[in-house]
Amino acid sequence: MITAFSFAALAAVFAALAAAPFFLGTYGIGFLLGLVGYVTLASAWALFSGPTRYVSLATVAFFGIGAYTVAVLYETLPSWLVLVVAALIGLFVALLVGLSTLRLAGVYFVIFTFGLAELIRQLVTWYEVNVTGTLGRYLFVDYGPEVVYWKLLALCAVTLAIGYFIKRSRWGLALKMIGDDEVVAEHCGLPTARVKLALFAASSVIITLVGAIQAPRWTYIEPTIVFNPTISFLTLIMALLGGAGRLWGPVVGAVPLFLLFEWLSANFPDHYSIILGLLFIAIVFVLPNGVLGFFEEHWNRLRARGSAGRTELSQDREAG
Amino acid sequence: MTLTTTLIAGLVLGGTYALVAMGLTLQYGIARIMNLAYGDMIITAAFAAFVVQALPSMNPLIGLAIVVPGGFVFGYLVYVFLLSPLVKRAPDKATLEVDSILTTFGLLFVIQGVLLVLFGSNYTSYTFLNVPVSIFGTTVAANRLIALVLALTFGLLFYALLTRTRWGTALRAVAVSPQSAQLVGINTDRAAAVAFAMGTALAAAGGTVISMYQTFTATGGVVFTMKALIVVIMGGVGNLLGALTAGLVLGIVETTVSTYVDPGLTLAATYTIFLVVLLWRPEGLFGRRVR
Repeated sequence: MITAFSFAALAAVFAALAAAPFFLGTYGIGFLLGLVGYVTLASAWALFSGPTRYVSLATVAFFGIGAYTVAVLYETLPSWLVLVVAALIGLFVALLVGLSTLRLAGVYFVIFTFGLAELIRQLVTWYEVNVTGTLGRYLFVDYGPEVVYWKLLALCAVTLAIGYFIKRSRWGLALKMIGDDEVVAEHCGLPTARVKLALFAASSVIITLVGAIQAPRWTYIEPTIVFNPTISFLTLIMALLGGAGRLWGPVVGAVPLFLLFEWLSANFPDHYSIILGLLFIAIVFVLPNGVLGFFEEHWNRLRARGSAGRTELSQDREAG
Repeated sequence: MTLTTTLIAGLVLGGTYALVAMGLTLQYGIARIMNLAYGDMIITAAFAAFVVQALPSMNPLIGLAIVVPGGFVFGYLVYVFLLSPLVKRAPDKATLEVDSILTTFGLLFVIQGVLLVLFGSNYTSYTFLNVPVSIFGTTVAANRLIALVLALTFGLLFYALLTRTRWGTALRAVAVSPQSAQLVGINTDRAAAVAFAMGTALAAAGGTVISMYQTFTATGGVVFTMKALIVVIMGGVGNLLGALTAGLVLGIVETTVSTYVDPGLTLAATYTIFLVVLLWRPEGLFGRRVR
């Protein structure tokens, strides 16, 4: 449970992160920016997929929508308005996906999200080739990477706050119940489809915003860059490594994996997807509840041995 | 293009889709594995066929005799080493579904990575029997006709195996109810392994057929998985004839869209069909509600 002390510590960490650009060079800022971006992506992904256990494979679809919206509109609209438009488009797509699949079995949702990025990539390509006549756009903004970084950091804080408040609210309970047993949840009178839809929409809008905020980092944008499936993959593996059912799980997973990914893509640019794929399979096998779930389980077991008798291992397997 | 040409091109494409969708419906319907790496298995077979046909005094048709059994073995190994532990560990169907989705999603990146290292990211193709044949008043390339014939032969062969043999009946029993199948003495674990391997063999056949008349790339697996999944859902999970019909329908719709509207919108057409099926009959056009 987060006490006043933890809140203060957390505020200090965020303050230090916010001040970091004043002490770091361009490489350092770029590195932190990528890291915070993935922490936000993984947290936003886990917001919906963690408790409900509906695996969304569409992260990069929304990310790309955000980035592309900025590339198309950044010259004509003020930057805050561009973000609003991007969020609205993300919301629209999320509602479309959610309304057509979330009332059915989870597997339909997975299938729909699996091909979504490819569909949107092809549609954008088709639109660019046939309507605007160009493929690929240049993106020059008048602010530096530190501004992008601060925006991302703020979004990251908001995402974690949303996750924290949802967990403590009736919504959090409802979500946990849907994840544990959807039929029971429905019998208790929960509007399961509506809860899932709202949360999926929230998660997708955050992911869209991450893409929109990060877009100026590229300066040149084309569909194959912003709809790169590796982004979906990394987000998923980060959230799972840490434990998607816990608030801090995605953060715990994102930091080491981002470091690993940076190192791999620098040293093994051709082989990193093989290594990451194997690592991912290993995580599913060895740590089905993520690192946090693993430690919690063992901690509980240790405590159970210490105070024999009144023990509860009920928290085992809560995340999945 | 005339209407007949479009129709024949659609049938060729649809026959291939039907073939690969049958494999996927075996994997999902009987082995209960949602295999997201399926399309990448198809692409792997396409590359394997590409390598085999380049050998001296070889052609893709003889290549089938190598690639298809190879697919069977590969599928069997993947099931035994990668998926069977998950099946044994899973407390319920939902957990298995999530675990198998995640594992095969990881496998997708492994296979794709290996293909990229071996063959690069360029579009690959080879020419085989690219001679015009006249049929129903239009001309079609001979390789496409062979593709259609092969797809239908394989499809019907597997259908006969499943419906006319004792062994196929056992597999279908597992599809209907894994628990009851055990009661009548069917080894469900082995049935699942065989069904998964057979599914991969069909993917291999599909990949070889595709390589005869289409270009393919190491990163193209997702689209094939997607199309096969949509055909499976349209036809009803586990329903072979449903998959056959739905595959042909999808092929014709896609060819029509790419001929008369725009080739860049074929996946959009596929998704539109998927959306309609989801909203109208999520249990499939020919399926019963079993889940």
